[in-house]
Amino acid sequence: MSVLDSKIPEGPLKDKWTNYKNNIKLVNPANKRSIDVIVVGTGLAGGSAAATLAELGYNVKAFCYQDSPRRAHSIAAQGGINAAKNYQGDGDSIHRLFYDTVKGGDYRSREENVYRLAEVSTNIIDQCVAQGVPFARDYGGLLDNRSFGGVQVSRTFYAKGQTGQQLLLGCYSAMSRQIGKGKIEMHNRHEMMEIVKVDGKARGIIARNLVTGELERHSAHAVVIASGGYGNVFYLSTNAMGSNVSAGWKIHKKGAFFANPCYTQIHPTCIPQHGDQQSKLTLMSESLRNDGRIWVPAKKEDAEAVRAGKLTGLDIAEEDRDYYLERRYPSFGNLVPRDVASRAAKERTDAGYGVGTSESGEAVYLDFSAAIMRYGQEQANIHGHHDASDAKIKELGTDVIEKKYGNLFQMYEKITADNPYATPMKIYPAVHYTMGGVWVDYNLMTTIEGCYCIGEANFSDHGANRLGASALMQGLADGYFVLPYTIGDYLADDIRTGAIPTDSVDFDEAEKSVQSQMDFFVNNNGTKSVDYFHKRLGKIMWNKVGMARNEKVLNEAITEIKQLREEFWKEVKVPGTSASMNPELAKAARVADFLELGELFARDALAREESCGGHYREEHSTEEGEAMRDDKNFTHVTAWEHKGEPSDAVLHKEELKYENIELKTRSYK
Amino acid sequence: MSAAKGLNLTLKVWRQKNDKDKGLMETYQVSDISADSSFLEMMDILNEQLINEGNDPVAFDHDCREGICGSCSMYINGEAHGPGREITTCQLHMREFKDGETIYIEPWRAKAFPVIKDLVVDRGGFDRIMAAGGFVSVNTSGNTQDANNIPIPKADADKAFDAATCIGCGACVATCKNASAMLFVSAKVSQFALLPQGKVEASERVQNMVAQMDEEGFGNCTNTGACEVECPKGISLENIARMNREYLNASFTSEET
Repeated sequence: MSVLDSKIPEGPLKDKWTNYKNNIKLVNPANKRSIDVIVVGTGLAGGSAAATLAELGYNVKAFCYQDSPRRAHSIAAQGGINAAKNYQGDGDSIHRLFYDTVKGGDYRSREENVYRLAEVSTNIIDQCVAQGVPFARDYGGLLDNRSFGGVQVSRTFYAKGQTGQQLLLGCYSAMSRQIGKGKIEMHNRHEMMEIVKVDGKARGIIARNLVTGELERHSAHAVVIASGGYGNVFYLSTNAMGSNVSAGWKIHKKGAFFANPCYTQIHPTCIPQHGDQQSKLTLMSESLRNDGRIWVPAKKEDAEAVRAGKLTGLDIAEEDRDYYLERRYPSFGNLVPRDVASRAAKERTDAGYGVGTSESGEAVYLDFSAAIMRYGQEQANIHGHHDASDAKIKELGTDVIEKKYGNLFQMYEKITADNPYATPMKIYPAVHYTMGGVWVDYNLMTTIEGCYCIGEANFSDHGANRLGASALMQGLADGYFVLPYTIGDYLADDIRTGAIPTDSVDFDEAEKSVQSQMDFFVNNNGTKSVDYFHKRLGKIMWNKVGMARNEKVLNEAITEIKQLREEFWKEVKVPGTSASMNPELAKAARVADFLELGELFARDALAREESCGGHYREEHSTEEGEAMRDDKNFTHVTAWEHKGEPSDAVLHKEELKYENIELKTRSYK
Repeated sequence: MSAAKGLNLTLKVWRQKNDKDKGLMETYQVSDISADSSFLEMMDILNEQLINEGNDPVAFDHDCREGICGSCSMYINGEAHGPGREITTCQLHMREFKDGETIYIEPWRAKAFPVIKDLVVDRGGFDRIMAAGGFVSVNTSGNTQDANNIPIPKADADKAFDAATCIGCGACVATCKNASAMLFVSAKVSQFALLPQGKVEASERVQNMVAQMDEEGFGNCTNTGACEVECPKGISLENIARMNREYLNASFTSEET
């Protein structure tokens, strides 16, 4: 019998959430005023949760490490947000979105959570429009949609290539309204350093003021962690520089199980690395695959010539191009899910067909010339230019592409100094999102009572691979529409508790342990910077726990990370003091956590003896290089319990039951 | 694309321990910087060098490093976000500089943006202006009307979007000789003024946001247009004109005195 109780409500799938809401305990408005909730992180999940809880009447204390909640990394999401509105009348429905998400996640997510997500998806769009989020519209004034990978309908709502920005600013607006009213006490430039448990329940946090360096005690009746994903364990990723695992890791070390850490999304279309001085990678939205075609030269000698700078993509004739996604996956073509597209790019590059100018040749083409001509012809027809020249058609088509993806093309040009309208873009996969995270039940509560985890920081909805435009959906679903119900059911028992004092032994101890870590760092006589260790960790992770994994390299990674961690504690050098603004100190604490997570991550990858979604084990693949799942032995969530060192962590399993969807081999052919 | 040889540069960087400290320009040398590196990657290299020499690294705000979070905020060679148009500091690349060049790096300078440390300033004033009215007063319920019940002419939606792309970096304030925040405030006022959802509270919103802007100590607008030139998102001056109309309209029609 598993120690994990997912607390799935009874009844048929489609009625579970409604029945649940009808049967939970409520807190009356007067009592909400005497209940405090801490929210760590102000991205789409944390921001929407903070705003909604404050609107309901709770006293919210929100924390972010940035100088304003508006800067959380949700802001960088480009492509869009899914919702089962079926505005296009193309056969979409709640069931279809549910099915696509479970299948896209390679049958490793919880049916009930995903169904609820699909159910509330339509409310999100209504809510955002009511807030004044300027989604893209068509000429009739109604909302426009586009397509994302792994689906055959158009259900993605968008605001050019800045959907995340517009949604986050919507959240931030809603938060601002509550900050103005005093219902949200906003703590900018604060980092959560520790969770405080009183009698086994989450009752507060220790936060560090990043301006003064002071440690602060904050108490509440419940703590919500919404701190995002841990992709920066790879050092180079599309995450923001400050994105970190620390809030999730601190609660893990205090009793929250960490689920499926090895499920990482490597996004197929990012700008390739330029060299060793690189600090982060930049995504090119998946929406580009609506119109862009991915290819490499069909002849090895052409690829070699491109790498040597003797040819460019334009010199390679149409018949000498290998549109490998269209070739391998004719029914989904360029819009296969991210994990499939990334592995296919790696396969071609490893086989010697890459077109990157770096030593590894790591790049493939993303080409818009066909789309430019297609749109150009359409425009020519619309405007009655029936004998338009190729040049005119190209000009008209370029204009259409500019309107659709202008900001992405501009971003590409700024980084690479190449004009993507004229020459095909070069792209390569990069770490982008982590499906794994803190284990939560149906209520989004972790294994610590009163401690919740929402958004990318939890593990719940995307299984082993997330579909495009679903992260924004999950963040807002959790914060606007799920947590505000589930947390009320828990807080109903706290109406007589009264304010939680912060002068207790529990707060003393938590603060002391944080202070001693801070003191250690600034007093350590090390010789190497924090980045030195972070970069080395990233290299181990990328080379051995990246897109393709096997038993041998995973074991090597575990040993190397352990050694690196020991070296870090001996040799790390942090300048300055703990009682002042000290970005290096903040980084040191985050990297210390990444060095532990990295090892657990590799152990999880080793324990999962199958390939599923973003987790690809070379031992478990077909001759054609397709992933092989093992449903008999691995239709479960792995949830790790902390027991000291990452090597001591104990694995628990939550069996996944598929009652509404039949498990099938995922095929996009 | 890659440079044959890295750049050697002299950096003059503003150093200030805290808000009480007077601050001064310090001189540093960096060498072998790849032309493909971003400006902030060059700053990382400088910091790595400072740490290894046992010195305090330069504090600066940065996060997404792809031009959207609005954290980075450097005044480079006398320009907000440095040379180049419609970019943030993190999108500035070293290929814009010449070998041997001296680069001056300062924080945003404005009364309403006090320096916290080195190149880090406090932009909390922007948050407080937002809290004064930068929203539509609608609670989360899931029971709002269907999104497509509010058709919005594409031209209005597009204009609202263009205004809404402001990243709140503060380059407009740093650039303006009056340290005015009019471009920032007008972008938010315009976004909502252009949309039916925002019209209900339009009059109250513009008055409250402008009042807060004045209270924060931002200067007034004298139409020099420098903000529009330096804005990394190309927010148009038209928004300031629209805000002035909204404000005037609100002051004539408002019931409060």
